Amino acid sequence: MTRTATPAGPARPGFLWAVPAAVFFGLFAVVPLVMVAVLSFAHWDGLSGPEFAGLDNWRTLLDDPVMLKSLWLSVLLTALGVLVQTPLSILLGVWAAGHQRNRAVLSAVYFVPMLLSIAAVSVLWRAVLDPNLGVPAHAAWLFGDGNLFGSQATAIGVLVFVSTWQFTPLHTLIYQGAARAIPQVLYQAAQIDGAGTVRQFFHITLPQLRNALITSVILMVVGGLTTFDTVLILTQGGPGSDTTISAFYMYQKAFKSFDYGAASAVALLLVLVSTVISLVVVRLSGYDKMRSTMEGL
Amino acid sequence: MSRTRPNFLAGFGSLVWLLVVGLPLYVMLVATFQSRPDYAANGPLALPGRFTLDNYLDVLDSGFAQYFLNTLVVTVCVVGIVLLLVPPLAYTIVRSRGRATGTVFRLFLLGLAIPSQAVIVPMFFVISEAGLYDSLIGVILPTAAFAMPVSTLILSGVMRDITPDLYEAMTVDGASPRRVFFQLVLPLSRSGLSTIVVFSALQAWNGFLFPLVLTQSAETKVITLGLYEFQTEHGVDTPGLLAAVVLSMLPILLVYLFARRSLVQGLMGVGGK
Repeated sequence: MTRTATPAGPARPGFLWAVPAAVFFGLFAVVPLVMVAVLSFAHWDGLSGPEFAGLDNWRTLLDDPVMLKSLWLSVLLTALGVLVQTPLSILLGVWAAGHQRNRAVLSAVYFVPMLLSIAAVSVLWRAVLDPNLGVPAHAAWLFGDGNLFGSQATAIGVLVFVSTWQFTPLHTLIYQGAARAIPQVLYQAAQIDGAGTVRQFFHITLPQLRNALITSVILMVVGGLTTFDTVLILTQGGPGSDTTISAFYMYQKAFKSFDYGAASAVALLLVLVSTVISLVVVRLSGYDKMRSTMEGL
Repeated sequence: MSRTRPNFLAGFGSLVWLLVVGLPLYVMLVATFQSRPDYAANGPLALPGRFTLDNYLDVLDSGFAQYFLNTLVVTVCVVGIVLLLVPPLAYTIVRSRGRATGTVFRLFLLGLAIPSQAVIVPMFFVISEAGLYDSLIGVILPTAAFAMPVSTLILSGVMRDITPDLYEAMTVDGASPRRVFFQLVLPLSRSGLSTIVVFSALQAWNGFLFPLVLTQSAETKVITLGLYEFQTEHGVDTPGLLAAVVLSMLPILLVYLFARRSLVQGLMGVGGK
């Protein structure tokens, strides 16, 4: 079964070497994922054992206006995140790819937000933007009544801004790595042809960043759709349910209303939606390209 | 790039972004050294006033020393598990030709797409059934599992760069896969190993959802949860709250000072080819 040591080839490790890691990962990641799928077809309050419920949870969810709203909000927040962060991180990444000393120093500062926990960053911004004690209270000329958490539009704005602040560095780094890998010959050739900086950017740099773009967008989609900590700490899903995105709704369903079946259905839906979107992104851009990116990891 | 003309627009943009990143960090730091009444009166944008360390001392007294220690235990154990399990796995992925290995590798790739939010409900029951609810082990095990996919990808990428003739030279001597692993693969993967240490440590130190759902008492509280709780209970004590935030960031920033290279290079690889 295990085809180790092909004749005259070097000794190769057997499958046994991978077993401990595979078992551990299976137990704490794959088994729970399978359980989510099973539980989404069950009624369960955590006290008595789960009961098979057929499609009940799914039907309830599709009739639940808060659920539908939360899905729409998740997609909206994700889309806004991609639209704001992508141009920003491409520009910063290409800029940081230069080898100048001042760029290296500035980049070191840029990356700090990505090291901090979402909890710390959210608590920090909640304090800075606090309507009574924070910046808005002392800058009425800019913030008006100062309660950024009081209306849906501004609350969404805060969530998008804080995510951008925290995650742009990660994506900048992805683009920086990709920009450094672009062969210098391409730029030299373009210079001989008389192409300026702007044309070089659009005709050489951007097309060469395609694989990085795919990786980055997929990370943003999966991360955006499952945003949870930020919402819990910054807005608690409010005002009302105006920033209750699906991942937060799932948490409320499970650990506030103790409806574990419905929560599992929401979780499964989120996994399905993010997988489908990721696959669409991969397909649109050519599956083979993606594979080579993955192998390069 | 062989550009000689300075790019003023890019320079300006880079300074604007520096302000966006740096200003809140500066505001935070200044606030933590002010007394509560001073902060309430002067607001976050005022220049530094009378200097005090009381906020930090208060925060440490209110239980954060314990949370700090708990987080440290979780982090060290997660890194330990990852270091124990991932290198042999990555070695198999790179070297074995068995079909089962390919399947396992795809499983871990899939793991990259599973967010912890998606499995939190069953995880709650798995951990509770195992009698590990409200224990640090109950947080460590799932956190380590979710740190594995990225670590596996990074490390197998580094191991793939070891050239075939090195393996052949060793097997001519009749070295077993075990000896090859310990004497060739591990020493040559040191950069990758330090990257996965930094990565999994970061993930463990910053973890929030697993501790939130899987623990409840003060004895098992980690620092991110401590911040959240502090905010909901003493929301008006902004200087104290921000001092707690600074304390939670300190170890990471220290590591960043010394291990920036392994972190940055590991992440940069994600976008290259």
